[in-house]
Amino acid sequence: MTDFFARYMSYDLGWFLATIIGILLIALPLMLAVAMIIYADRKIWAAMALRRGPNVVGPFGLLQSFADGLKVFLKETIIPSSANRGLFLIAPILTFTVTLIAWAVIPFGPGMVLANINVGLLYILAVSSLGVYGVILAGWASNSKYPFYSAIRAAAQMVSYEVSIGFVLISVVLYADSFNLSAIIGAQRGHVLGFFNAFGLNPLLFPMAVVFLISSMAETARTPFDLTEAESELVAGYQTEYSSMSFALFWLGEYGNVLLMCALNAVLFWGGWLPPVDWAPLYVIPGIFWFFGKILFFFFVFSWVKATVPRYRYDQLMRLGWKIFLPLSLFWVFLVSGWLMLTRYGVGS
Amino acid sequence: MSLAHIVKTFTLWEFVKAHWLTLKYFFRPKATINYPFEKNPLSPRFRGEHALRRYPNGEERCIACKLCEAICPAQAITIEAEPRDDGSRRTTRYDIDMTKCIYCGFCQEACPVDAIVEGPNFEYSTETREELIYDKSKLLANGDRWERALAANLAADAPYR
Repeated sequence: MTDFFARYMSYDLGWFLATIIGILLIALPLMLAVAMIIYADRKIWAAMALRRGPNVVGPFGLLQSFADGLKVFLKETIIPSSANRGLFLIAPILTFTVTLIAWAVIPFGPGMVLANINVGLLYILAVSSLGVYGVILAGWASNSKYPFYSAIRAAAQMVSYEVSIGFVLISVVLYADSFNLSAIIGAQRGHVLGFFNAFGLNPLLFPMAVVFLISSMAETARTPFDLTEAESELVAGYQTEYSSMSFALFWLGEYGNVLLMCALNAVLFWGGWLPPVDWAPLYVIPGIFWFFGKILFFFFVFSWVKATVPRYRYDQLMRLGWKIFLPLSLFWVFLVSGWLMLTRYGVGS
Repeated sequence: MSLAHIVKTFTLWEFVKAHWLTLKYFFRPKATINYPFEKNPLSPRFRGEHALRRYPNGEERCIACKLCEAICPAQAITIEAEPRDDGSRRTTRYDIDMTKCIYCGFCQEACPVDAIVEGPNFEYSTETREELIYDKSKLLANGDRWERALAANLAADAPYR
């Protein structure tokens, strides 16, 4: 796209325009997707509880999220008198922004990536770690006890699970030989038996795929791990004092994060925009459809887990993170690197 | 820890089983009805919104005996009565405070002439508290509106009274 604009103006201006358009092409559909995904989440959850879910606004209730959004727009933003005004307002904006900028390195198809940087995975790690700042700031700036407890929980939870996520990513990077997400997807082509396009079907990486899936639920504070907003204990957690648009931004950020984690699951272990199997006719369907299909599948899994598993206790959450996932993923890094040394780099021979 | 237990733990067997169960429920028919558009059948004995009935010739049934006022455990009913011009005894005031009412149905059991009844209507929420303090004209209007349902319910329940 840069070349197209550069024909009519200077290269710098062309690059600038192309980037702006690229950002809009990602951010606007993402917002739409988040609205629809909130609806889908409610529907799936309802169906598993034998309920109907939203079905009045629009056909099948499809416009429910937009009605909720409109309602939220029209409300007043209430700032508690004892809150720290600046931080209180920055927190939701930070959460939302961090969710959006992480999408810059996600490849939607062959060459369809906004920023094809060679340390894409590192960037994702860095940005998703920033996400917790929004929660901590919100909890602290609210100057209220439940948000504060929630913020402390969120900080500990995200740190714990990012450790094991880091080790899981190392095993993937070892296999793919690159931090670039497009290269990681490329490395998965025909990875298993020369036929399946997925790291996840490699027996050595499958346990890590499961660990990553569970950790990504913990990272986004989805239901089995939603201790940050455990409504039976903490009212609504760090969102308690928020209303109107500031609340909506948290909501959008949260679901944007869930989508991001679904996309990461698809990219890292299940072949991103590649079709599931390396069979020529399947490549006729554009990669972006395979990618969206995989994201939606993982979102279904997220909702499915939410509808099935009750919330963990806090000590159980910490035990799972530090005493099971951390040793397991650390051991797996050794296992994977040992196996690769033996087979790929020929140290054993 | 037995071997079976270890295998079950590491394959997340309980989780897989639970998710299989919820997936089966996902495809089942819904247990809830589509409420504002569909409604469940009600018993003829259902005790909903109150109504004062009339005789078929238009004469109001209530004879101001005040038995309902006396029996009402929530003291939600207020009645004042005077002889009418033709000498028959009728109420000049018949108020029910619907916010006090506990819907026990004692008033309709006490009524000797089937004047005060609790009908099948349960969708009468209001935006203000004042609207829930019903006076005689409101109760008579309810009776006129719901008469067919009220009569049918009374007839259906009559063998058991």
